[in-house]
Amino acid sequence: METLAFIAESWSLIFSLTLEHISLVSVAVGLAILTGVPIGIAITQNESVAAVVLYAASIIITVPSIALFGLMIPVLSLFGQGIGYLPAVIAVLLYSQLPIIRNTYAAINNVDPALREAARGLGMTPVQRLRLVEIPLAIPVIFAGIRTAVVMNIGVMAIAAYIGAGGLGTLISRGITQTDPRQLIAGALAVSLLAIIADYALLYCQRKLTPKGVSA
Amino acid sequence: MIQLENLTKIFETPDGVVTAADNINMTVPQGEICVLLGPSGCGKTTTLKMLNRIIPPTSGRVMINGEDTSTLDTISLRRNIGYVIQQIGLFPNMTIAENISIVPRLLGWDKKRYLARAEELLAMVALEPKTFMQRYPRELSGGQQQRVGVIRALAADPPVMLMDEPFGAIDPINREVIQDEFLKMQEELQKTILFVSHDIDEAVKMADKVAIFNAGKLIQFDSPDALLAHPCNKFVEDFVGTDRTLKRLRLAKVADVMTPAPTPVKPDDDLQTALQIMQNNDYVAVTMVDTLGRPIGSITRDLATAKRGRCGDHFYGLRAIARVDDDLRSVASAMFSKDTTWMPCVDDEGIFRGEISQRGVTHYLGATYRSREAQQTGVQHGEV
Ligand SMILES: Nc1ncnc2c1ncn2[C@@H]1O[C@H](COP(=O)(O)OP(=O)(O)OP(=O)(O)O)[C@@H](O)[C@H]1O
Ligand SMILES: [Mg+2]
Repeated sequence: METLAFIAESWSLIFSLTLEHISLVSVAVGLAILTGVPIGIAITQNESVAAVVLYAASIIITVPSIALFGLMIPVLSLFGQGIGYLPAVIAVLLYSQLPIIRNTYAAINNVDPALREAARGLGMTPVQRLRLVEIPLAIPVIFAGIRTAVVMNIGVMAIAAYIGAGGLGTLISRGITQTDPRQLIAGALAVSLLAIIADYALLYCQRKLTPKGVSA
Repeated sequence: MIQLENLTKIFETPDGVVTAADNINMTVPQGEICVLLGPSGCGKTTTLKMLNRIIPPTSGRVMINGEDTSTLDTISLRRNIGYVIQQIGLFPNMTIAENISIVPRLLGWDKKRYLARAEELLAMVALEPKTFMQRYPRELSGGQQQRVGVIRALAADPPVMLMDEPFGAIDPINREVIQDEFLKMQEELQKTILFVSHDIDEAVKMADKVAIFNAGKLIQFDSPDALLAHPCNKFVEDFVGTDRTLKRLRLAKVADVMTPAPTPVKPDDDLQTALQIMQNNDYVAVTMVDTLGRPIGSITRDLATAKRGRCGDHFYGLRAIARVDDDLRSVASAMFSKDTTWMPCVDDEGIFRGEISQRGVTHYLGATYRSREAQQTGVQHGEV
């Protein structure tokens, strides 16, 4: 009851923290897409490079987020950015690499070799093959990777409140330090809800973007 | 013109080397269909793919119109060679119209032109453009997809076509239809075509030249008739089948074999006139035609000798009639089923043009063996 009352009276605070959270995750995952998708495509050209890159990305994901923040503080302090926005974005960017690179790599690699051969035989350049055939066919799987990254990192971003990045994690950390279960529960609820909604929203985008003739 | 010179492909596999194509030499003149024929795994696809450099040759050359293809730009080489792959390979993310217009779009045609071209091609293979243009490949049957695969390769009107078992997924009846359509189209377009098949009947029907492969080697390169009449070794003989002489029946038309324009009689003519014609021309029978020149019966020598009166009152009815553009197989089939050894032949209008007999057919089939024997004896005499 108390929690509901708290949510009702701090509605606008929760709303602005949610927006902040969304923008942090969006920027980080957006950058991760811009890097991960091209990396995923590039490593389809060489199996041993692919193995190394995927291994590195899966090591990163095993580092606990708190430890990662701790590692970044001394490095980024050199630029006066040891805590706050930048390390939070970088952490999420790094964590997002594995699902995005792995799914892109697998999706492009799994394009039916007959289709790749038909594309070559018709005289498409490698870039045309990617743009007209391989990427459109890979979209559902790439998007699944992006969804995994977003859902996972909405949680990671909540922890980034400890290094002053802002977002919904602020409510949770304050709830813990002030032993105020109302803030703690409200924050946790908001984070979970956000993850669920984001997942569905992205699923919707995925369906919209998947070429019509390709079954999802 | 396409020339393969010592073309060789060796695959290095974990279990050792595989020589998929072993020193292939052949020449396909402009405008001809060459069918690559042979059992599974004999190297047909590998040889075909070396032409558009999907598979780079280990050694040897491919010359198209005198130019070594390895010196040309691979992308534009491929855009000038229509390619129908064995697995069909329509792009599932594109509509049928988009699939067909890929090469025209790559070549920079404007939209109106390539859409019109797609419609024209769909109509050509009996797929209603209105229904099919906007569909996706998975909404088509295997046979329909295969037809789209063929017209996609034809879209930009390339002078050379490579077709890897293009009609494999089509049922026998429709396959005959599409083969006929394709041959009719080829008569007009005069493309130089390499066509892979493992069906001897398809090869005999489609080919100007057949290249028989076994275990990576080109065993025999010959016209279908020469291949069926004179297989060069046991392998080819077994591959073309024990009924190879019967297969040759498909290769000849009635017009090639019939006795052209024998004099017919009319119903009003006297039987004596008929007998006279038979004696003068050394016929055993004569055809009777109506006033329009359509065959309606026959008069035999016995009949004309035994009876008196008008032909129209004493004739045998016709058991079967052949058309001049029928092949000999359908003639032989009609002769067996109608129990006759002789048939009048008519043109498209049904007008009497000639006669065909079982002996004529046998004689035609035997000619190639006799000439081969004569040649061989000739050679022997020459050597002496
Ligand atoms: N990429 C490859 N690597 C290794 N071996 C190959 C490769 N491609 C083909 N081969 C081998 O080369 C031989 C010829 O293959 P090819 O595909 O040309 O046969 P084909 O005559 O087209 O047979 P089919 O009628 O079954 O299509 C086979 O023994 C095959 O296993
Ligand atoms: Mg093959």
